[in-house]
Amino acid sequence: MNKVMSNKWIIALYVLPALLLIGILIFIPLILTGYYGLMKWDGIGSMEFIGLQNYVTALQDKKFWDSALHSFLLAVFSTLSLIIYLAISLILASKIKGADLLRKIYLIPMLLSSVAIAQLWVKIYNPSNGMLNSLLMAIGVENPPAWLAEPSLVLYAIFIPILWQYAGFYILIYYAALKNIPESIIEAAKIDGASPIQIAYKIKLPLIMGVVKVTIVLAVVGSLKYFDLIYVMTGGGPNGASEVMASYMYKLAFSTNNFGYGSAIGFLLLIITLIVTLIIRKATATKEEIQY
Amino acid sequence: MRKRKAVTLFSGIFLSLLVLLAGCSGSGENTSGSGDGKTIEFMHLWPEGSSKQHHKIVSEIIEDFENENPGVKVDLEVLSNEQYKDKLKVLSTSNQLPDVGMTWAAGFLEPYVNGEKFATLDDLLEGDLKDSFVSGTAEAYAMNDNTYGLPLELNIATVFYNKAIFDQYGLEAPTTYDEFKNIITTLNENGVAPIALGNKDRWTGSLWYMYMADRIGGGDVLTSAIDRSGSFEDPALVTAAEEIQNLVDMDAFVRGFNGLSDEEAKSMFMGEQAAMYLMGSWDLPNYTTNEDVPQEFRDSIGYFSFPTVDGNGDLNSHVGGPGVGLFVAEDSDVKEEAKKFVSFFIQQWGEKAVTGAGVIPATKVDADSLDLPDMYIDVLNDLSEASNITLFADVQMSAGVAQVHLDLIQSLFGKGVTPDDFAKEHEDALSKE
Repeated sequence: MNKVMSNKWIIALYVLPALLLIGILIFIPLILTGYYGLMKWDGIGSMEFIGLQNYVTALQDKKFWDSALHSFLLAVFSTLSLIIYLAISLILASKIKGADLLRKIYLIPMLLSSVAIAQLWVKIYNPSNGMLNSLLMAIGVENPPAWLAEPSLVLYAIFIPILWQYAGFYILIYYAALKNIPESIIEAAKIDGASPIQIAYKIKLPLIMGVVKVTIVLAVVGSLKYFDLIYVMTGGGPNGASEVMASYMYKLAFSTNNFGYGSAIGFLLLIITLIVTLIIRKATATKEEIQY
Repeated sequence: MRKRKAVTLFSGIFLSLLVLLAGCSGSGENTSGSGDGKTIEFMHLWPEGSSKQHHKIVSEIIEDFENENPGVKVDLEVLSNEQYKDKLKVLSTSNQLPDVGMTWAAGFLEPYVNGEKFATLDDLLEGDLKDSFVSGTAEAYAMNDNTYGLPLELNIATVFYNKAIFDQYGLEAPTTYDEFKNIITTLNENGVAPIALGNKDRWTGSLWYMYMADRIGGGDVLTSAIDRSGSFEDPALVTAAEEIQNLVDMDAFVRGFNGLSDEEAKSMFMGEQAAMYLMGSWDLPNYTTNEDVPQEFRDSIGYFSFPTVDGNGDLNSHVGGPGVGLFVAEDSDVKEEAKKFVSFFIQQWGEKAVTGAGVIPATKVDADSLDLPDMYIDVLNDLSEASNITLFADVQMSAGVAQVHLDLIQSLFGKGVTPDDFAKEHEDALSKE
């Protein structure tokens, strides 16, 4: 086996198929998107080269910046919610009764498709027959808000199902990481008289810091390009109050037939996500990883 | 051992090549038939699951066509609405449009005509199908003096109302705006939501605005603002926007309408939680022939034309227009046969569609000779007496402006924009084109 793997040609041969697929399916479309962004194109007829004009328009487009703001808000909320997930995982990973069942319950939303979740929450939020408003009226709230129709509320109303949807995923990651910590370290800390909170904060957390960093990147990047629940639940409305970058891009390219401009927005989305990822990596970089 | 490694290696390469090949195949297929038999590729948007009756009628027509034209085969591909739109776009980008397919009028058609993807069908309009369309329907598919599509359906929007609820509070179908407002007040006082509106979809609100504009400013004020012979800052269009906001202030629409989809609004109307519902006549089967809807409910539904406003407006003027139509691809290898198929399809469609699927066809149909529910006969009569049919605003406009319009409609209903700004932003978007 060593002999095979030391041959550079063989290595190339093994890597090549996957590389080709990724190239064809991901990188070439990426470059093409950037290229289409330089065109005035309705997606059907002929293209006209207009240079960077689409990108300039995008940078001056208030709707684009509004949608970017909404995406960043989502990113902030997703990142903050990681704290809650971490707390839940810490509880689940300590030896409590029923942890196994609870873990499965938390995981269920992840098994549902986005569209099913969207339909579920649209029904919960229904202003007159929805579960939420029925509940609020039952406890005496006279005029509960129409969650998905209020421009000031709609964004946060959608954040809740989005965070709920991914809770299971992050809890699972944290749970697995925490279970990987050798029991002996915890035992040692206990013998030294550390309280459960001290153990969690001073020992467990630093040991899974690498995983936490990865989840921050995942949460932020996932939020910036988030699309599906928003598209199904409100379509970006009302008055663009729940528009995010990806839904705005989709609307431009497919609803207004402005394929060139939509592509430009898509490419900007890629650049913004890359920059943010780099910043996070820089900000969370530590000189040394703590080892077991 | 070494032999096994070689086998793994080669099968690995083989598999990856296979995947690549599978991904590439299908793009190079020849679209025309082989030998003397010819194949017409036909794509439509009525899947068997969701539009059973439509699907059945289409299949019957195809079968008859194949019987009458030996040697010609129709190859069918069916997708549902949104997927259909997406696929059509992708196919046209790669010059692989089906020989015959379905399109919508005006704004949807525009990029395809500009990209020279659709063939003109004027020869059919002059020939086989001369005088068979209701006036104004085929015209909606015309651009630069050529017609690129032939319509199958014609719809007008009317206000459906629940007679049982109206009777309960001693109300009658209104003919003037004051009566209409009176109904809204009475219903609100009795805790019944007056109007079901799902304005998440936005075109639903556009219907209300269009009728308001039509009654206040006459049948052509909106059309001329859109075709640039007039202005969107016409006082009538601003007043119409003000009236919409007055209705919102009166709580005329169900709670949270800007967050509800049309489906949700419809289910409120069908569940007798709201008394009125402005919708296209494509919804007629729900109130007449659809067996899934309780008979009692179907019997309790009537409809009225949008009332006159302050003595202005014509009850015979409607908002509506043709629905989907058929196109023939410009690059089709079997253009002759495709056109023949379109002509055959349209001739067969009219009567079959109205009796079988409850579609009001764009071709003239002799209503008296058919056994139809009363509400159909009424709508067909309204159509024949129509003084004007204003095409749906978002269909009239190009795709870009239509989005601006729809967004502004949602803002107008949600009071996120003043009537003056509403008109001004329309004017800006339209004049930029």
